[in-house]
Amino acid sequence: MSRRIPLRPLAGLAVLSLFAAIGPWLHGTDPAAIDLARTAAPASALHPLGTDESGRDVLARLMAGGRVSLLVGVAAGLVALLVGTGVGALAASRRRWLAEPVSRLLDAALAVPAFFLLLVIMTLFGGSAASLVLAVGLTAWTGIARLVRAETMTLREREYVLSAEALGQSRFGVFRRHVLPHLVPVLTAAASVGVAQAVLTESALSFLGLGVEPPQASWGSMLTGAQQNLATAPWLAVYPGLLIVATVLACNALAEAVRTRQPGSPR
Amino acid sequence: MIRRLVGRAAQGLLVLWAVTTATFVLIHAAPGGPAVLADPKLSPVERAAIESRLGLDRSLGVQYLRWHGRLLTGDLGDSFLYQTPTLATVLGRLPNTLLLVTTALVVAILIAVPVGLAVGQRPGGPFDRIVGVVNFTALAIPPFWFGIVGILLLAARWRVLPAGGMMTPGMPADLVDRLRHLVLPAAVLALPLAAELIRYLRNAVAATLEASHLPPARARGLAGSAILTRHVLRNALLPLLTAIGLQVPLLVGGAAVTETVFAWPGMGRLGVEAALGRDYPLVMAIALVVAATVVVANFGLDLLAGWADPRIRSRR
Repeated sequence: MSRRIPLRPLAGLAVLSLFAAIGPWLHGTDPAAIDLARTAAPASALHPLGTDESGRDVLARLMAGGRVSLLVGVAAGLVALLVGTGVGALAASRRRWLAEPVSRLLDAALAVPAFFLLLVIMTLFGGSAASLVLAVGLTAWTGIARLVRAETMTLREREYVLSAEALGQSRFGVFRRHVLPHLVPVLTAAASVGVAQAVLTESALSFLGLGVEPPQASWGSMLTGAQQNLATAPWLAVYPGLLIVATVLACNALAEAVRTRQPGSPR
Repeated sequence: MIRRLVGRAAQGLLVLWAVTTATFVLIHAAPGGPAVLADPKLSPVERAAIESRLGLDRSLGVQYLRWHGRLLTGDLGDSFLYQTPTLATVLGRLPNTLLLVTTALVVAILIAVPVGLAVGQRPGGPFDRIVGVVNFTALAIPPFWFGIVGILLLAARWRVLPAGGMMTPGMPADLVDRLRHLVLPAAVLALPLAAELIRYLRNAVAATLEASHLPPARARGLAGSAILTRHVLRNALLPLLTAIGLQVPLLVGGAAVTETVFAWPGMGRLGVEAALGRDYPLVMAIALVVAATVVVANFGLDLLAGWADPRIRSRR
């Protein structure tokens, strides 16, 4: 595999981010403005991707929704990365009194159907972007923790780690100087997958009506309206879905590229 | 084996305890506190009665113990939306969800085993690359969107399959009708699951083929198919069961979304409706029943793992 920078996934993510970040400024149509003369209308010069069931411009809503979907996805992915790395490292600690209970708790957390805890959290705490980030992040860390635990357990048996420990360096110092740097590629890949998962989870929650409150859009919530108008305006169901797929594909491809750049990695 | 099963049962109890504790903490951290568990539609007197029955005037420690006491007796409170005991309501929907989830699981395994065996034998070959791309895409598609597109094409445009529900309303019970309703939701659930299982199987098969016990089997003159089923598949069974165990919680979560898209009257859709209707007791009851179901499923998978791998049976 090539050792160059994974250009295509990065370019894809850059295009998607620019679409959401500066798109609204270029397009200049208010995503909440209602055009009563044209509801669920197909593409036209005025509305390049048509309008939705309430007469709102689809392109403008895709851009505004992209801000929510991408920001929530990235922020929740980071929360998951922080919690997952911390728990995973503790679970792989040499101190058995610490590692054993943390490890058992991690195994328990892996078996918890997180989506239903998400339902509980979103019911109790409501649909602000902040609660969405915390809820999605706090249910997505388990996979990352499992990965970090496995990697740390392998790394800590390496000779340079053992010799650093024999030299009397503190446990945390050894972890920070000799283990963490080698985890960086794994963590980069895990973070990328974490963002992809978070984007998927956020879209599912928003689709179910448990994400951000209307009139704020996200790609997931746009699909709720689309399903109700499948017969009359099928194109409404296409664009948000394609953007979600593109985002997740780019994130997963980035993770894959980082993983295969590792010397001695499988495939 | 016995010691292992006892350990696994303890692990299952730990999962349940983690979920009950998490729900307890969440209720008490919620805006309004645990008083949200009393139906806001009731009169102040009735609310006060419920609040004292819930013991909201006691200390947190007492409340925590009593919460678990109530759970043990199966008293999970009454639903706001349905005015019925939540546990009975949830258990009534459980069979529909189990039907959907097990169908998807069986379909995914039936796809994953032959495909995983095929690509694992020639990693990097042309078929492996095609399957890799399909898998990669399948894992990037939001299941609910896949469902919507399926409804759009197969139900709305070509009219070959129903758009939702478990049966045609007003029609007498009919197996073909039931199966037609099952096709789309089961396919939506099975797609990402099959993709994950193929990935695990591919690596397990590739690793087994490099293992040292295969050349002797070949030297004994065993046919390729016998080697595949008796030596390779047998060894790949354990990673497959582990992978299924890791996927079960995600599968159940996916069922919530799928059931909503297809108006499938299961536990997941009930959970979404309860969440949208702020029916706190019902949402929590569903979270607990789902957790218990997953624990039981994982325990069953562990029994299967012991059957699949004699080393596990004899160890400890």
